[in-house]
Amino acid sequence: MYKKTILVLAGLAGIALSGMASATDVHTRTIASTCMSCHGPNGKSVGAAPGLAGITQDKFVDMMKGYKAGTRKGTIMKKHAAGYTDAEYAAMGAYFASLK
Amino acid sequence: MTLNRRDFLKISGAGAAAALAGCATTPQAAATASRRAHVVVVGAGFGGATCAKYLRMWDPNVEVTLIEPNDKFVSCPISNWVLGGLRTMDDITKGYDNLSRHGVKMVKDFVVAIDAGKREIKTRGGASITYDRLVLSPGVEVLTDTVKGFKEAEAAGKVVHAWKAGPQTAHLRKQLEAMPDGGTFVMSVPAAPYRCPPGPYERACMVAHYFKQAKPKSKIILLDGNPDVASKKGLFMDAWNTLYPGVIEYRPNNAPLAVDGDKMVVTTEFDDVKADVMNVVPRQRAGEVCELVGARNDSNKAWCTVNLATFESTTVPNVHIIGDSVLSNLPKSGHMATNHAKVCAAAIIELLAGRQPDPIPVVSNTCYSATSDATAGYVANVFRFEAGKGYVTQPDGGATGKGDEYNFSFAESWSQNIWADMLG
Repeated sequence: MYKKTILVLAGLAGIALSGMASATDVHTRTIASTCMSCHGPNGKSVGAAPGLAGITQDKFVDMMKGYKAGTRKGTIMKKHAAGYTDAEYAAMGAYFASLK
Repeated sequence: MTLNRRDFLKISGAGAAAALAGCATTPQAAATASRRAHVVVVGAGFGGATCAKYLRMWDPNVEVTLIEPNDKFVSCPISNWVLGGLRTMDDITKGYDNLSRHGVKMVKDFVVAIDAGKREIKTRGGASITYDRLVLSPGVEVLTDTVKGFKEAEAAGKVVHAWKAGPQTAHLRKQLEAMPDGGTFVMSVPAAPYRCPPGPYERACMVAHYFKQAKPKSKIILLDGNPDVASKKGLFMDAWNTLYPGVIEYRPNNAPLAVDGDKMVVTTEFDDVKADVMNVVPRQRAGEVCELVGARNDSNKAWCTVNLATFESTTVPNVHIIGDSVLSNLPKSGHMATNHAKVCAAAIIELLAGRQPDPIPVVSNTCYSATSDATAGYVANVFRFEAGKGYVTQPDGGATGKGDEYNFSFAESWSQNIWADMLG
């Protein structure tokens, strides 16, 4: 799934993956890192916001889609979820699932 | 879609100095291949500390030196809470000790010269430090010269801007505590762009909260250099009308022209406003260190224009600028500076390795403002980089219209997590 997502993202970026380091690995890692400001370093929260480390990919994607569609209750996450693509949800979900 | 190398290089652009790993190598990548690349970061605030830490986390082969004159980090976000009595200076003061665990070399010093050709920095302490890539994250320079009499009144302890958290924050809190009940607090908002757009309005809420608790006959006059409340208008107007009715007198289009510390008067184009406590926040520009390399290169020579996908200066190669000093449509917030820092760190690692940086970075802003000791609201937006357009604000972001307890708890949580993310 993760690999497939990378290929989808690479397609969006208009870049061929072969023969170069994957720009999308960097893309996913960087956008996921911006979540850490509120959800804690390495996805481990030290405050009231929930941590993201170890969340399953399916749960993460379902939550983000729910925020975006307005079917899941929340405040600030609706604003954030609106800014990312389904492929990015999947890539970030796989990344957070990999964090211990 | 498959691109040949010539097409790819056309897309990536000369500024990115891109070449495909395994196909070609940039001069910089070749030069650093036999030794570890050295990145110097100047300024250990939200942007600089985050950039230094993430450079090391993402590539332990990169040497990182972080130059900062202060012993400790004092957070601007949450500093208004100190003025309101919700927090102490100790609560917003953090050490840099953990950065060394990540292999960041901390240097307590002040940069006095930069030779961009030789890629060399000189410090006040006499050190010469060379770099492969330089990151400047100095925050803002507050232009106290633009308000007549400010410097004299500031030296006499009669006025502060307290727009850089630290001793001025503590001084302003003491002035508010010493003010008699029934006194007038006069504060000003600079014309945009300035650091932390909602900050002045949150400050008015925090001081009003303190007055409600301790000095209920006191008033606030808010002199705004802008034509209207510049950020989270619904949130703040609701708080002023419902939590603090009659306490805050808001005067738009009223930039201070002069300050008189002896008479305790702030002069605008329209009035002389008598104060018991004065808090004038002058206009700002990119931090002083940017001028050392001529990176204040916008049309007003005030802010720094950068390639927003890498944060490299548009005119000074190998020098990246992040945080409040950057000219862009992104808000000048601490949270945003950490996003600049992460995109910049990722780009530098790719550039040093001779690879193409992410051509479509995405950044986001999250900014909470307290309206009392139990309520807060937020603004949040996502910005996606598009070649030729810069960062495009995505639809369906925006601000809350009313503060609540739920968001107050998340504002507290935000501060705990972002401090841990940058310094932990």
